Amino acid sequence: MLTAVYVMLGLALVLGVLLGYSALKFKVEGDPLVARIDAILPQTQCGQCGFPGCKPYATAIAAGEADINQCPPGGDAGARALADLMGMEYKPLNAEHGLPKPKSVALIDENTCIGCTLCIQACPVDAILGAAKHMHTIIASECTGCELCLAPCPVDCITMEPIAESPDNWKWRYPVFEIKPASPASSSQTGKRH
Amino acid sequence: MVQNYILLFIGAALVNNIVLVKILGLCPFMGVSKKLEASVAMAMATAFVLTIGSGTSYFISEYLLGTDLFYLRTVSFIVVIAGVVQFTEMWMEKNSPVLYQVLGIYLPLITTNCAVLGIPLLNVQNKHNLFESLVFGFGGAVGFSLVLILFASMRERLEAADVPAIFQGAAIAMVTGGLMSLAFMGFAGLVR
Amino acid sequence: MSSLLNIVKQNFGSRTIAVNGGVHPPEHKQESTKQPIGHLALPKRLVLPLRQHVGNLPKVLVNVGDKVLKGQLLAEAEGNISAAIHAPTSGTVVAIEDALIPHPSGLPDHCITIDVDGKDEWIAHCSTDWRKQDKTQLLESLRDSGIVGLGGAAFPTQVKLRTNAKSHVDTLVINAAECEPYITCDDMLMRERADQILKGVEIAQHLLGAKQCLIGIEDNKPEAAEAMRLACLNSPLAKLVTLKVVVVPTQYPSGDARQLIRLLTGIEVPADKRSTDVGLQCFNVATLLALHRYFDFGEPSLSRIVTITGNVKTPANFEVLFGTPVTELVKAGGGVLADTDDYIMGGPMMGFSLPSIDVPITKAANCIIASAPNLFAPAPPAMPCIRCARCADVCPVSLQPQELYWFSKSSNLEKARDYNLFDCIECGCCTYACPSNIPLVQYYRFAKSEIIAQDRAKESADLARERNEFRLMRIEREKQERAEKHAQKAVGAKAEVAKPEVGSTIEAIDDAAMAAKKAAIAAAIERAKAQKATTTPQNVSDTKPTVEAEIAEINARREAAKQAVNKQAGDNIGSKQDEK
Repeated sequence: MLTAVYVMLGLALVLGVLLGYSALKFKVEGDPLVARIDAILPQTQCGQCGFPGCKPYATAIAAGEADINQCPPGGDAGARALADLMGMEYKPLNAEHGLPKPKSVALIDENTCIGCTLCIQACPVDAILGAAKHMHTIIASECTGCELCLAPCPVDCITMEPIAESPDNWKWRYPVFEIKPASPASSSQTGKRH
Repeated sequence: MVQNYILLFIGAALVNNIVLVKILGLCPFMGVSKKLEASVAMAMATAFVLTIGSGTSYFISEYLLGTDLFYLRTVSFIVVIAGVVQFTEMWMEKNSPVLYQVLGIYLPLITTNCAVLGIPLLNVQNKHNLFESLVFGFGGAVGFSLVLILFASMRERLEAADVPAIFQGAAIAMVTGGLMSLAFMGFAGLVR
Repeated sequence: MSSLLNIVKQNFGSRTIAVNGGVHPPEHKQESTKQPIGHLALPKRLVLPLRQHVGNLPKVLVNVGDKVLKGQLLAEAEGNISAAIHAPTSGTVVAIEDALIPHPSGLPDHCITIDVDGKDEWIAHCSTDWRKQDKTQLLESLRDSGIVGLGGAAFPTQVKLRTNAKSHVDTLVINAAECEPYITCDDMLMRERADQILKGVEIAQHLLGAKQCLIGIEDNKPEAAEAMRLACLNSPLAKLVTLKVVVVPTQYPSGDARQLIRLLTGIEVPADKRSTDVGLQCFNVATLLALHRYFDFGEPSLSRIVTITGNVKTPANFEVLFGTPVTELVKAGGGVLADTDDYIMGGPMMGFSLPSIDVPITKAANCIIASAPNLFAPAPPAMPCIRCARCADVCPVSLQPQELYWFSKSSNLEKARDYNLFDCIECGCCTYACPSNIPLVQYYRFAKSEIIAQDRAKESADLARERNEFRLMRIEREKQERAEKHAQKAVGAKAEVAKPEVGSTIEAIDDAAMAAKKAAIAAAIERAKAQKATTTPQNVSDTKPTVEAEIAEINARREAAKQAVNKQAGDNIGSKQDEK
């Protein structure tokens, strides 16, 4: 009886020592989960999720304080990717936090701009070029379309322009071919020769 | 002599495949096989745990427990397996955090994998010596890995196929697993 | 099975290397080679898209209303990989705005529209002595030549003619294969202007320093091969380097650069490397002819040979100015027959349907096919894949089209990329071979553009994250600096209002206050100096000599102005003192 106890104790001690040593040796710094969640988020930094940026939202998801369906710019695909990563069930986007909109870029009407720098202070990615009493302009390639500059502008000179489809960013469509006509008026995109 | 070990290996890997013939260790088989990379990682992890586990279990059952403390066998095996799994987890978290995240909960679940406990118990039952235990454990691990990787590849293929809606997901996976099992039963009689 | 036979053939059979896979569709080349190359009458209007090549858009130099001469530079190359646009004939620029372009999307793009005045006046131009001039200068001037690959890829040629210490070219491969059915523009070019092509080969060989030049031509072009052989014999290049015509068996797509290189030299360029990394470079015959016209005559790239064939009355080849509407070309081909339902730019394998017949001919347009149901029957609806693997047999790049199809179909884009989707050259062999009529290439195009869009989105997201993090850091830093400033000010103020202790003199306190103030001022001056030092203008190095001259001029003017002001101030002070 006692031998049994000693044997189990001995086993436990040996394993405990081994595991303790490996715990020290394989110590992992930081929380890579937050970085992984942040990599999925679209980095629009718009705050629609209720947090002041994408990193805080990622931290909240990792801590379990926020749900995965609060990011409209990430869209459906983003919510699914987050669900995959966190091992949770996919949830459709929460309409309370906004609806997905086509990607836009801000545009300052230079005739109306008064050079107050309020929009420059609001932009989360420093995509507005300008200084006090000088013309402000949006650096289109850096603008994420977060719309945070629209509210502070005292003369309402900023508008959102949706990014138009051009031969540069045009994507081939998913091939769809008719097996039989759906309706007399419908047209299809048949691959004629291919 | 060597022939015996080879036969033992083939027996453990193919003829008496733990997943498809003995129907043990189905949890990771169904749970991790959606993606091929995850399955490969799981296969490696389980193979490691199985082989180490078989070896240490032999020592414990032979020398530590002997014949009087036979009732401690299951408990001590589980304790050892849990320790090895914990070590594997820590190693994986440090060296490959992506795979660690991909495997998720299934990594600690190797502890409760009935195959990982079953092989050491079978070793004891069949009175294998140390080398035989190791070969049997490693053969079982190879068989497990083989089946897991094959199944994962098939499931990835099934993702793109025209499966009827009612069968999509786990249902068609089960059907596939069953058919694979039938195929592996063809190995019966290979090793007399 | 056929791939196994290929391997056996290559290793044990005769040394003729066959195209890896490939198909042999009916050639339909005889229709358009009955007549010599024709010339079109000057059209009334030319529409020149800015996007006629791979790389950056050129910078427009002209304005609406400008009168331009033939060969005048309208838009100059911008950036490393770019090409210029020239006026194909004289006229007036009437618009620089969006117009319909030949693109599968049917979307309009920025174009320069010229109203032709009919005079066809050339701008002053002269030849270059390319044998004597510095190679760097020659390549610089090529940027303004507008020459791009005229085989269809439209890659700016000056980039391909560069050599540096890392990449060297031993073998120059001249692509005369023209493997796609219906297209005969290169065939006719070789029959009529073979010696001009060889002169272009001389220039390319001189720039690259190649030791051998191989001309690859398919065996369905015997007249062209004979013409090229004759031109090779007569060319002075034959005495300097190995120069020969190699006839390859007709198989599509032997004209793909890597396939042709393999056929001619047996070297297979690895998928992740360029051909220059293994000492080879490949040019189309029409591109080489353009090189010759540019250096030996001073004529920039203004026109190309285009085949008009298919359901037209008289299929033929014409020399067409860039920007000519396709309607003109179709008219020259005798007009279309009644049952024409579509127009294809390119060949039947790799071409695309034109959104309208009013689009211009661009540098990449080698052929216009008028399609009719009897020529190109509408594809029957696609049936499920039966895994026959015929597509894998014919793929010239040895990919697995059936796997790529499954992954593209289920949008499993990572797996598609892992299976080398981006090595696909979209030749269409797999679609041609598929017994279930699945439009395989359409799936790959879809997957490729999705992956490219995703990669772009990820890049811009990474950039946004960086900028956001920097902004947060900058705000933190500014807060700290402000806190420091306040702390210093507080120290200075404390020193001033500190009551004199018993025993200490007022002078000592004054000194301490003075010292603190001086220190604060000195610190502020230091900060201002440091800021000035860090915000020096960024682009003063590596400027063109003209820009540097301008800068020197401006600096001189600034100095003069400063001295004038100082002198003025000196005078004023002097006068003030006098007043006193």
